[in-house]
Amino acid sequence: MARSPAIEVSALTKVFDGVTAVDHLSFHVHAGEVFGLLGPNGAGKSTTLRILITLVRPTSGSATVAGADVLREPEKVRSRIGYVPQERAIDRFLTGREHLLLLADLYHLPKVEARRRIAELLALVDLEHRADAPAKTYSGGMKRKLDIACGLLPNPSVLFMDEPTLGLDVQSRLRIWDYIRRLRDRGITIVMTTNYLDEADQLCDRLAIIDAGRIKALGSPSELKAGLGGDTLSLSVVPAHEDSLLKLIAALKDLSSVRAVNAKPRGCDVRVESSEKALPSVLETANRLGCQLDSIEYRRPRLDDVFIAYTGHRIREEFPAADQE
Amino acid sequence: MRESLQEIGALTMRWVRRLSREKFSMLFTLVQPMLFWLIFFGNLFQRAADGQVMQAPNYISFLAAGVVVMTVLNNGLAGGVDLLFDKENGFLERLMSTPIHRSSVILSRFLFVMAITSLQVLVILGVAWLFGVRPATGWLGIALILLVGVLFGVGLTAISMAMAFSVKSHGDFFSVLGFLSLPMIFLSSALVPLNAMPGWMQVLAMFNPMTWVIDAVRPLILSGWTDALPRVGLAIVIMVVFDAVCLYGSSRAFRRAMG
Repeated sequence: MARSPAIEVSALTKVFDGVTAVDHLSFHVHAGEVFGLLGPNGAGKSTTLRILITLVRPTSGSATVAGADVLREPEKVRSRIGYVPQERAIDRFLTGREHLLLLADLYHLPKVEARRRIAELLALVDLEHRADAPAKTYSGGMKRKLDIACGLLPNPSVLFMDEPTLGLDVQSRLRIWDYIRRLRDRGITIVMTTNYLDEADQLCDRLAIIDAGRIKALGSPSELKAGLGGDTLSLSVVPAHEDSLLKLIAALKDLSSVRAVNAKPRGCDVRVESSEKALPSVLETANRLGCQLDSIEYRRPRLDDVFIAYTGHRIREEFPAADQE
Repeated sequence: MRESLQEIGALTMRWVRRLSREKFSMLFTLVQPMLFWLIFFGNLFQRAADGQVMQAPNYISFLAAGVVVMTVLNNGLAGGVDLLFDKENGFLERLMSTPIHRSSVILSRFLFVMAITSLQVLVILGVAWLFGVRPATGWLGIALILLVGVLFGVGLTAISMAMAFSVKSHGDFFSVLGFLSLPMIFLSSALVPLNAMPGWMQVLAMFNPMTWVIDAVRPLILSGWTDALPRVGLAIVIMVVFDAVCLYGSSRAFRRAMG
């Protein structure tokens, strides 16, 4: 099974009321890898995921999951996959164990097998001590763990996770990342959507950058970063000179050593072939325009540079610094 | 078949568990109709009601049939609420991503709502008994009351579920619910007999399926078999048509929502 495809997607398209949410997506996911769909909210990641788990019918195109066609054999697909939804899909009145017992019946497991698996999963996600408390007493992180246990109950060959760490505190995020790595080590194929760049970078073996329903780039995080080449110069302007920033950006775009310029609050990111060569002309331009720089730093490309390079914008405009670590 | 039973059993058990954890809500759904309508209104309007018009020994015995059917109405129209919440918090998606028959979720809801409704109807008849209301047709009559009630409830629950699957927000759902239930009660023979209504209201009430159900339940309680049987037969025919329409509509809404 080593590198055989767990998922094959071909020209997948979904149109909702005239709006194209997913636009001719084609990709495949190898068995045993963690595959990420990275993109901003509304990019079409969740719709793609929901087509793959047979909750949404595509307008056109085809997809095969775990050897079964999502349109012709949805029952087979459902019996081979696990799903961890984006919302905390938890019934607050049921206990953790009751959630798993319910799902065991929905997957038609015999009683003995169900009990064995539930005990094992509760141990895996460290929920044994709270298994018989109603879910409304659980913290956000515990609910997420229960979600994951629910997704794993069918012993799936492919596990789909929609924004697995959305809204979690840092500690819970790290723990969830740890589970995801452990699951990959067990040989489970994992497909996850995320709008966190660091999550995609750290966790995914390969990822597809999705924007406006299309795949803009696909590859491993290191391939994507290397593919970008060059460096990024990050300039910031002293507050008094912010009005000259637009002029500076326009002037920098004309320099031959500069590949691209992206504005950010109080400064800009300049992608260059080589920072050594470009730096003098960049500084000279800023001086000439009388634009006083507050700081200047250069770095190798990061995943957010990759994202900007392929989509032309940041993944979340409102929190420009959220994914800098 | 065995798999279906396992699914439906587990899903129905979930509704039962939820109810048993919401003790307050359970208490109020049980107590509300009998306290508010039967005891309170029954005694309040005792003297205002005209025995000649009611054709009943007292207003409570007249009202009993109305309260029974109102309970079916309220339970039925609210029957989709839990599915609405499931839809909103993503639980429904989780259920739908498992290899179950699409219909199992809906069937479990029908089973649960009908069981609770029947139980409540029995409690209401029990309370009415304490006030001296003795069903004229005995146990068999009570069984028929439950049957007609369940037939009515199935259609109502189907409407409610169709709404749950179609509305954009639960605010919409509750507005429509409130808009539907009161006119259905007042434009029926639940509180006053048809012949005590203005002509135009009588006409509207004739188009209200609830009227036909009450007109079958009331003689089962008040008068006896000769009066009741033809009305029960008519109600059953009307209910079969009503259910067929509601089920068809709701299955379309469900398919549209679930893909």
